[in-house]
Amino acid sequence: MAAIRTPEQELARFRGRLAVAGIIALIGFGLLAARFFYLQVVRYDYYSTRAEDNRISLVPIVPNRGLITDRNGTVLARNYSAYTLEITPSKVADLEATIEELSKLVDIQPKDRKRLKKLMDESKSFESLPLRNRLSDEEVARFIAQRYRFPGVELKARLFRDYPLGSFASHVIGYIGRINDRDLERIEESEDAANYRGTDHIGKSGLEKSYERDLHGITGFEEVEVDSGGRAVRLLRRTPAIPGNNVVLTLDLKLQEIVEKAFGNRRGALVAIEPSTGGVLAMASTPTFDPNLFVDGIAPQDWDQLNTDQDKPLLNRAIYSAYPPGSTFKPFMALGALTTGKRTPNQTLADPGYFNFGGHRFMDDKIGGHGGVDLYKSIVVSCNTYYYVLANDMGIDAIAGFMRPFGFGQRSGIDLPGESEGVLPSPEWKKKRFKKPEQQKWFGGETISVGIGQGYNAYTPLQMAQGLAALVNNGVLFRPHIARHVVDAKTGEKRTIEPEPLRTIPLKQAHIDLIKRAMVGVNKAGTGARAFAGAPYEVGGKTGTAQVYSLKGGKYVEGRIAERLRDHSWFIAFAPADKPKIALAVLVENGGFGAQSAAPIARQALDYYLLGKVPAGIAPEDPAAEESAEVAE
Amino acid sequence: MNPRLDPRKWLSFLLSPLDGPLMLLVLALTAYSAVIMVSASPERLGTLAVNTAVAFFVMWVAARIPPQRMMSIALPLYVIGIVLLVAVALFGDVSKGARRWLNIGITRIQPSELMKIAMPLTLAWYFQSREGMIRGRDFLIAISLLLLPVGLIAKQPDLGTAILVTASGFFVLFFAGLTWRLILPVAVVGIVGIASIVAMGDTICQPGVDWPGLREYQKHRVCTLLDPTSDPLGKGFHIIQSTIAIGSGGVVGKGWGNGTQTHLDFLPERHTDFIFAVLTEEFGLVGALILVVIYILLIFRGLFIAAGAPTLFSRLLAGALTLIFFTYALVNMGMVSGILPVVGVPLPFVSYGGTALVTLCLGVGMLMSIQRHRRRVGT
Repeated sequence: MAAIRTPEQELARFRGRLAVAGIIALIGFGLLAARFFYLQVVRYDYYSTRAEDNRISLVPIVPNRGLITDRNGTVLARNYSAYTLEITPSKVADLEATIEELSKLVDIQPKDRKRLKKLMDESKSFESLPLRNRLSDEEVARFIAQRYRFPGVELKARLFRDYPLGSFASHVIGYIGRINDRDLERIEESEDAANYRGTDHIGKSGLEKSYERDLHGITGFEEVEVDSGGRAVRLLRRTPAIPGNNVVLTLDLKLQEIVEKAFGNRRGALVAIEPSTGGVLAMASTPTFDPNLFVDGIAPQDWDQLNTDQDKPLLNRAIYSAYPPGSTFKPFMALGALTTGKRTPNQTLADPGYFNFGGHRFMDDKIGGHGGVDLYKSIVVSCNTYYYVLANDMGIDAIAGFMRPFGFGQRSGIDLPGESEGVLPSPEWKKKRFKKPEQQKWFGGETISVGIGQGYNAYTPLQMAQGLAALVNNGVLFRPHIARHVVDAKTGEKRTIEPEPLRTIPLKQAHIDLIKRAMVGVNKAGTGARAFAGAPYEVGGKTGTAQVYSLKGGKYVEGRIAERLRDHSWFIAFAPADKPKIALAVLVENGGFGAQSAAPIARQALDYYLLGKVPAGIAPEDPAAEESAEVAE
Repeated sequence: MNPRLDPRKWLSFLLSPLDGPLMLLVLALTAYSAVIMVSASPERLGTLAVNTAVAFFVMWVAARIPPQRMMSIALPLYVIGIVLLVAVALFGDVSKGARRWLNIGITRIQPSELMKIAMPLTLAWYFQSREGMIRGRDFLIAISLLLLPVGLIAKQPDLGTAILVTASGFFVLFFAGLTWRLILPVAVVGIVGIASIVAMGDTICQPGVDWPGLREYQKHRVCTLLDPTSDPLGKGFHIIQSTIAIGSGGVVGKGWGNGTQTHLDFLPERHTDFIFAVLTEEFGLVGALILVVIYILLIFRGLFIAAGAPTLFSRLLAGALTLIFFTYALVNMGMVSGILPVVGVPLPFVSYGGTALVTLCLGVGMLMSIQRHRRRVGT
């Protein structure tokens, strides 16, 4: 840098630079003015022609949405083609009169008018909006004959989404719906706006939402010359759309059907996982709903009904609702006791039928107790006292620390939207959860409730299935997933969703084997024995009962308690015991004792999956499989 | 009559901080903005009035703050700005793929906006504190002070604001006497670089070619500028349609409220970044040139104030603020007319948008203060 200058020299240089800045500003504006002159004078004719008649219009070609099929090719979501009557409000002189005239040719209901009104509020007036969907052949013929009378009204062939199996697996498949303002914002944020020109539907829930990117495809476009009335007269150039990819699931639809039927009209959920891959074989949540209702904008009365129903059919209980695991938590507790060295397999506890702690008596459910109880027996007879004492010996930090790697209290990362975390209780969790200092303190008595799966514990059926799958898979935990392949609709090229092992929990093989043996014992001689009487395969299981309503000292008698306050019924199971192909968790809301209502559902699922046995009342072969070939283009 | 209620006294209290020529030019621009808004987006006139009132109040307050006071808040403002930018990087809200906003409970703020003013203020303060002994080392320090926030803003990513903040800091360096031996090579490299991008556009815009240091969407914007027809449904659409709007305006325009591009919804963001396209479609080349002349007058008034400013601090600040207005105007009109890439830079004092208007009026207020206090400050 130059030598230090006098203030006068500095000022002179500064003013010199100001002059340079002034000149640069003039040059910059001069260039802009030249650009304006070029655009507005030299090329005025060109641009004014382009603006004035806008002859060349770009028409997006919406790609066909990909199909969703189960692992055997049964179609769960497809498209079919139908005619729709569309109207462009800006090209119609008298909208009311036009609709009135149209209603003489085509059946137009008040709800169609209402929907059009709503669409007009949301869209620009030169957009073509649907007035009536799915016209019958007769209506199409009547309209075509009189078409000349209706400028601005067009008949268009469009693809509609269809869920051929109705309410089966509806929570997993999800549904599409018209793009609303929130979706639009998301689309703009993802810089995908161009690809959604012309598309008016988007995945709203389930797989339709999580695989939206694959299913949607890539929008093509046509450059067409239009006449003054806006009708296309000549095609100039065409870039075809690339159809969306098909998504093939790990789900076995037959298993799904058997499970959903087994629930009957009870509320609950089931998740079945292949332990060696994390692939979801079945995911049921009852009651279900019909996703077809949503495709063209759900009618207000249907929406109200679904929303106000106290059974909450729209809720995916399998991944969203968290319940205390009850005694299904005990195998995990027992494994934790062995792993942390707090118990040996042979250590025996004399169970008096209760455990006293801090002036409170924690009761066993068998009056007088189970006598001498070792670890094996504690699982088979589901002895509470054993786990009261164990939880107290382990302490809450050791329990939470052992359980966390199994996925309890965390989102599993499954490829479905709307998963909840559940609660793995710990002093830290309590500190975060509660505001007042007196509520934040962890009490020793709470640890004891946690030990038998009650208290603050709350896990989703998915978390229970995932935890069990990891246990029986020798500690290797996979990220659960429902999609198996994504298939390019044109080339047939398959992209496999690879099983993703998330972690290996350090466990001793001898410990795992003991727990598995004890769970087999549950179904042979313990709480699950009745449900699995005569099963030709070896199956491990555990019943559980989650308290909904706490009886202050009174005795729980099912018949005397209102149905919705009854306990939730759990059952977890895996089979075959030596090399498990399936691990599942069943929850029946207010189902009472676990062995009563949840275990029989698990039995039906395992009988089908392992033996191919189909219960009475369900068609043995797959009626939907044949339909998969005839899918609308 | 009670002297406190004397209307002439009140008027003088209100008007005395303001600089006549600057005030008239800003009023002309906001009036122009209102006229265009009547056509482009009449439902926003109310908010425009509120925004303008707030911005003018900020300008008036800024014009009353003496330059010495500004100097004393420069460094704290800079530090606050950096802290907020770091907070954005850590906890900011993501919108449109970028992390720019900080949620402070009642409202969301965009700290990078603050830096547009804090940057020149800080650098001018730094050079003032080294007055009479400025060496090469000082420029290095100043450049580091500049690059820290620019890096944070570019990482958000917000290319438009990063360019504006870089420019605002560079202007201070330029006026402080950064040697031509550094400026010229950078300018030459830049021009050669841009020329080669234009020349090789077809090759480097192929999908799959990664541009070092730039995000995919930034590459896309440059490529779309080179060939808008490559993406006519998406990003090229803005440029194609705004160019048609400008070109079809002709010499005198289609008339107020008659712009077909505007009213048939072909123009994107017609009340914000692309408002210039509305103006030129409806008022033609004449309308555009009137706007350009107002900007030239504004900039020359600013340069004149800088020339007469008594201290190094006020000189540097006035010069830099003036060139920021120039940069805003040049970049915005350049992008709308298709010769610069689309980066989110508003048309100064004309585009709808409260934050930018307040920032700009704050800048004008500071210029007014420098002009008003030019004699009272002696060194």
